[in-house]
Amino acid sequence: MKIPRFSRKTLCIPYAVFLLFFVLVPMLVILLFAFTDDAMHLSFENFIKFFSDPTKLSTIVYSLVIALVTTVVALLIAYPVAYILAQSKIKRKYVILMLFVLPMWINFVLRVNAIRELFNLISQVEGLDGLANANYFKTIFGMVYDFLPFMILPLYTTMMKIDKSLYEASADLGAGGFTTFARVTLPLSMPGIMSGVTMVFLPSMTNYVVSDMLGNAKVTIIGKFIYTYFGNDWHMGSMIALVLLVVVFLSTWLTGGFKADETVRGTNL
Amino acid sequence: MKKQVVFKCLKAGFIGLVLLLLYTPILLLAIYSFDKTDLIGRFQGFSFDHYIHLFTDSDVLGMIGNTLLLALIAALLSTVLGTAGALGMYYSKKRVKGVMQALNQVPVINAEIVTALALTVTFVAVNIERSWFTLIVGHMVICTPFVVLSVIPKLKQMDGSLYEAALDLGASPFKALMTVVLPQIIPGVISGFMLAITLSLDDYIVTMYTRPTGFETISTYVYNATTKGNAHTAVTLSSFWALTTIIFLIIVAIVIGSNLIGRRKKEENK
Repeated sequence: MKIPRFSRKTLCIPYAVFLLFFVLVPMLVILLFAFTDDAMHLSFENFIKFFSDPTKLSTIVYSLVIALVTTVVALLIAYPVAYILAQSKIKRKYVILMLFVLPMWINFVLRVNAIRELFNLISQVEGLDGLANANYFKTIFGMVYDFLPFMILPLYTTMMKIDKSLYEASADLGAGGFTTFARVTLPLSMPGIMSGVTMVFLPSMTNYVVSDMLGNAKVTIIGKFIYTYFGNDWHMGSMIALVLLVVVFLSTWLTGGFKADETVRGTNL
Repeated sequence: MKKQVVFKCLKAGFIGLVLLLLYTPILLLAIYSFDKTDLIGRFQGFSFDHYIHLFTDSDVLGMIGNTLLLALIAALLSTVLGTAGALGMYYSKKRVKGVMQALNQVPVINAEIVTALALTVTFVAVNIERSWFTLIVGHMVICTPFVVLSVIPKLKQMDGSLYEAALDLGASPFKALMTVVLPQIIPGVISGFMLAITLSLDDYIVTMYTRPTGFETISTYVYNATTKGNAHTAVTLSSFWALTTIIFLIIVAIVIGSNLIGRRKKEENK
C-alpha cells in the first residue's frame, strides 16, 4: 500500500536489542559456564563441588542470617519513622522525609568510609575498644545505615495512601489506638513492608562493599565469594552467581515481588 | 492531655535520634576535613590542607573527572535508550511489552554482583577487552531499567487521545511524539536521568568488574584504599573527606534553595 511509516513501536527496538545482548545473553552465558569446564565440555563438577563444600554452604547461611538481621533491624527503625511522619500533621514533613534520603546522595563507598572512621574513633575510647573486633555488629550497622531509606520510602508511600477516614471509622466503632494500628494500619501497610523488605534484604545479602570495609575482612558474604573467582575461575564464579540468582529470584517471588514504580529510590518524591 | 504531650515528645525524640545516627558519620568527616593530619582521633589544628590537596592533586582530580564523566555519559545514554524503550514498549503488543518488562526487571532485582559477573563472563567469552565500552555498557545495564520504570507511570497518566488529536491535526507521528507526548512525560524522563546519575556515581561493583586496567573512580579508589590502605593512600583518602563535606554542603544548599522557592511560589499563589 505505502512505505512503512515511522511507528511508535519501532522505538523499542534499540532497547530490545540492548536487553537481548546485555541482559538475556549474559544470563544464559553464566548458565553455560556454570555447567562446563575449561574445555567447554558439559560438567557437573562445579555443581557437586559447590554443594559438597561446607565453607560455601555456610557462607550462604551466613549471608542469609546477616541479611535477615539487617532487614529486621531496618524494619524496626523505619516503620516507626514512616508511621510518625505519615500521621504527623506538621506542614513541612516533606522536608523531614528528605532529611532521611539526603545522605544517599553522598557516594556509597564514601559513606561506608565515614562509618568506618566513626567506629575507629569510638573504639579508641577506653572500655569501648571491644568494638574494634565486633565485625558482625559493624557490618550490620553499616548495612542498616545504608539501606534504611529503601525501607522508609515504600513504607511512607503506602501509609500516605491509606484513607484517613478509616482511622475515624475504626475509632467510631470503638477501637482503641492499638487495635486501630493492629487491624487497620498494619494490614494496609503490608505492601510497603514487602517492598521495603525486598529492597533491603537482597542487597544486604550480596553487597560485599559494606562487609569488607567494616568487617576487617573477617565477614565473608556470598557476593565476596564470587569476587575471589574473578579472572581465575569463571566457571566456579558462574556457578555461585547462578545459585545466587536462584536465591534472589526465589526470595523476590516469596515476598510477592515489588511495585518498582513506587519504591525506586524516591523517584516519586 | 498531658499524656499526649509526652507522646509527641517521644515521637519527635525518636525521629531526632535516627537522624542523629544518620548524620554523625558525615559530620565527623566534615569536622576532620579541616584537621591538619589525616588521622581521625585528636584534632591537631585547623587547616585547609585536605581541600588544597583535593583541588590540586592530579590523581584525585583525575578520579573525580572519571567518576563524573562516566556518570554523565552512562546517564545520558541510558535516558535516551530507556525513554525510547519505554515509549516503544508502551505502544507495543501485549506480548512484546510483557517480555520486555520482565527483562527490564532482571537487573533491578538481580544482585549487582551477578549482573556484573554475567556481563564480564560474556565479554570474556566473546573476547572483548575491558575498556570504556564495557564500562559504559555495564553502567547502562544497571541504569536504563530505572529510567524505563520512571517513564512508564507518566505514560500511563497521559491522555492517549492527545496523540491522536495531533495526528488528526496533521502532525507527523514523529512530530506528534516530540511536541505532544514528550512534554507530558518529561518529569519522568528527568527523574529517570537523575536516578541514573546517582546509580552510576554510587556504583562500585559493576565498575570494578568492567573497568579497563588502571581506571579508577572515587568508589574503586576509596574501597581499595580502605581495605588495603597505606601511608600514600591515607593522604588521598582524607582529601575525599573534604569532597564528602563539599558534596554534602551542595545538597543541603539545593534542598534549602528548592524549599525557599517552593514557599515563595505558594505565597505568590495565595
